[in-house]
Order: sequence, then C-alpha cells, then structure tokens
Amino acid sequence: MILDALIWISLAVGLAFNALGVVGILRFPDVYTRLHADTKCTTFGSIFTSVAIVLYAGGQYFRDPEGQYETLALHTVLAVVVLAFTNATSAHAIARAAHKRGHKPAQAVCDRLEETVP
Amino acid sequence: MLSFIVTALFSGAVYLVLTAGSGPVLRFWSVQELLVAAAVAVAVGFVAHQYFASARRRAAANPLRWLQAVAYVLGPFFAEMAKANFDVAYRVITGRIRPGIVRVRTGMKTDMGTLLMANSITLTPGTLTVNVDEESNDLYIHMINVPAGLENRETVEVRELFALFDCPRWVRRIAE
Repeated sequence: MILDALIWISLAVGLAFNALGVVGILRFPDVYTRLHADTKCTTFGSIFTSVAIVLYAGGQYFRDPEGQYETLALHTVLAVVVLAFTNATSAHAIARAAHKRGHKPAQAVCDRLEETVP
Repeated sequence: MLSFIVTALFSGAVYLVLTAGSGPVLRFWSVQELLVAAAVAVAVGFVAHQYFASARRRAAANPLRWLQAVAYVLGPFFAEMAKANFDVAYRVITGRIRPGIVRVRTGMKTDMGTLLMANSITLTPGTLTVNVDEESNDLYIHMINVPAGLENRETVEVRELFALFDCPRWVRRIAE
C-alpha cells in the first residue's frame, strides 16, 4: 500500500520534470538554453521514473522471488548511471558544435569563448 | 599486462551485470553466458586496455576512490542536481533568464579530473560546459542565469558555481 503510493509519487515527479523539460525546449530562445532544459530536467525526471521501476521490482520480488525482478532492478540502475554520463557528455558535444558553427547565445550578457576564438 | 587484466575484469563484470538472471550457475548465470562473458572480457581487454587503464594513472585503480565516487554521486552531487532542477524548472515556468558564457578556472591537473568536473557542472546549477581549454584545463560554461557582476570578470573560480557543497574538492579527491 505504502509502496504503491511511493511508486505513484515517483512516477508523478519524474513525469512532471520530463514535461517541464519539454516545455523548456519549446519556450527557451536558443540552442544553449534549450540544452539546459533538456539535459537537466530529463536526467532528473528519468532518475525518478527509474526509482519507481526499482521500487516496483523490489515489491514484486518479495511476492515472487522466482521471477526475474532483480534483473529488472539491476538493469534499471545501470541504465541510470549510463544515462547520467552520456547525457552530460552529449550535451557538451552539442553545445561545442553549435558554438563552432557560429551560433551566438541569444540575449547573452557576456561571451568569453567568443573572445578567444579567432 | 596489468592494464589488460584490469580492463578485462571490468568489462567482464559489466557483461555479467547485464546478463544476470540467465541461469542457475552461482544463482544468476547460465553456462553459455559465462563463456561469452569470458570471450567478451578477453576481446575488450585486448582492444581497449591502453585507453582504459594506462600505466600512468595507476591511482584510478584504488578502490577507496571508487567508494568516494559513489558517495559523491549519492550525496553532494545529487543535492546540487536537485537544486539545479528546481532552478531550471522555475526558469522554464517564469521565463526569467539572463544567459551568457563565462570562463571558469578549475585548477584540475588531470584529464580525468577535468572530465568529472565538466560533467558535474553540466548536470548542476544552471550551467552547461561548452568548451575546454586543453592547456589550462579551464572550462567555458554557458550559464542560464549569470549573477549580476559576474559578466565583467575575466575568470571565475569553480567553487563559486556550487552553493551547497564543495564539489571541486570531492572531484579532486576522487580523480587526482
């Protein structure tokens, strides 16, 4: 009962943050600010949806240890670790490529990188 | 040779985690998966040992550092990340942004430290690593909300980006 409630709360929080990420992509003015919304909100949201999966798998495991639920939990944890690393790295790669391509940050108050690149 | 063994053990362990639950051997694995794991470990160790575990970075094999890395991710890093997410969520809803790219001095001496720092920064308070200065290991960071006055300064110390914990010190302890 409590476990069910925890699962629903985690799912709701995760989906709320993922939805905010989508709204951010639509609202923000340029590629960099959109990456902010994209990387942060989706990583955080996905962590919570994954927590929901782990809780669900744990609950099912106590009911039926013969099922493959420990595998489910293990794979989910591994996926979160990989997601956190690749999300940060790919966001960095996209931002770097965009700046090399000459995309200026919109509404920027300063751009130190611009001054060093000839 | 040592780097080959370390790489093979690591890739074999990851493969075994991915295939756990396939059979009865040692409660988790089938014989076929264990054989494939051994083959994968040898192949990956052969191809990747000089990138994954070079002899110059023997300190990275210290298990204490791995434990500290786990503690860092679960504690200070997660707290900073949660704060960053509420901040970005607030800015998504209100649309109050003041973006800009600043130069940040990290003081990291190794590539591993710079990588960890850059990834930590990308996932924490309204900051996104855009480029790395290879010589000084300085980072160019896009901030979604540049605090007033920061745009006039040549470089910013990395400590100022983290409000709650001293994340750079953790990274230095883990990676250097």
